[in-house]
Amino acid sequence: MDCIELVEVVTAYLDGVLPAADRQRFDAHLRECPYCEAYLEQIRVTLRALGSIPLESVGYAALERMQAAFRDWKADKP
Amino acid sequence: MQSDVGEDVLIRRLRDGDEATFTALVQQYHGAMIRVALGFVRDAATSEEVAQEAWEGVLKGLPSFEHRSSLKSWIFSIVVHKAKTRAVRDARSIPFSALAAQEASSTEPAVDPSRFLGDDARWPGHWAQPPAGWGDDPEARLLGSEFTGRLARILDTLSPAQRAVIVLRDVAGYETAETCNTLGVSETNMRVLLHRARSKVRNALERYFDETKSTEGTR
Repeated sequence: MDCIELVEVVTAYLDGVLPAADRQRFDAHLRECPYCEAYLEQIRVTLRALGSIPLESVGYAALERMQAAFRDWKADKP
Repeated sequence: MQSDVGEDVLIRRLRDGDEATFTALVQQYHGAMIRVALGFVRDAATSEEVAQEAWEGVLKGLPSFEHRSSLKSWIFSIVVHKAKTRAVRDARSIPFSALAAQEASSTEPAVDPSRFLGDDARWPGHWAQPPAGWGDDPEARLLGSEFTGRLARILDTLSPAQRAVIVLRDVAGYETAETCNTLGVSETNMRVLLHRARSKVRNALERYFDETKSTEGTR
């Protein structure tokens, strides 16, 4: 497996759906290519960022409307 | 969010009417919910309305929420449901599966091919311009409020279908099957969209690190 091929199967690799033979070639390539190792790690950083960082703050007016809805809900709940 | 507090505690606080907990939840997920909704409805204003409706749905469902799925994935299932309902009402004609199939039928490299060596090189297909290092603790550099807006703008450069897939998988934490069922898309097409989306976000982060490294005074 070369680098240009590896970057195209990273998602399949991480999802565990790469056929066994390709997975072995992927792992073998990683062992000898620090650049692709760095690339894979950067994809992992990307995933952790997506999983934890909020996508911009909610608008003030919208937030106020939702907080008002929350107070209404709170007042109505048994 | 609030990783020091378990979901059970979070749910109890919400049910008890703790507005600060609700506000924190809205601030964490609202931006992502708008972006999932945009995969179904026609414009940004409608997706904002859908996300607000979804929060009302969350409040309504909260007393009977059984916690079989995570709170986060339950919230996103509500926004998808509201977005689909809205798309039907507005007679938006292109189903998500068709959008996805159309996109998956074209090819698009994950990384600019010019960054790899050509066929005449000694090592064809290997990196010519390898990924630059992101420093020892890249995540620490992504925590600032400046980056929050940046990440949103990066996701806004994706196609609506790519964006909906990456938000469900990587923001909401959906598994493959759950994502495919929710969006009504094949696993193959889902993975093509996810792969392109993740590749683009990594490329954009690489540019972000490259721009900010001069101010970091490292490397």
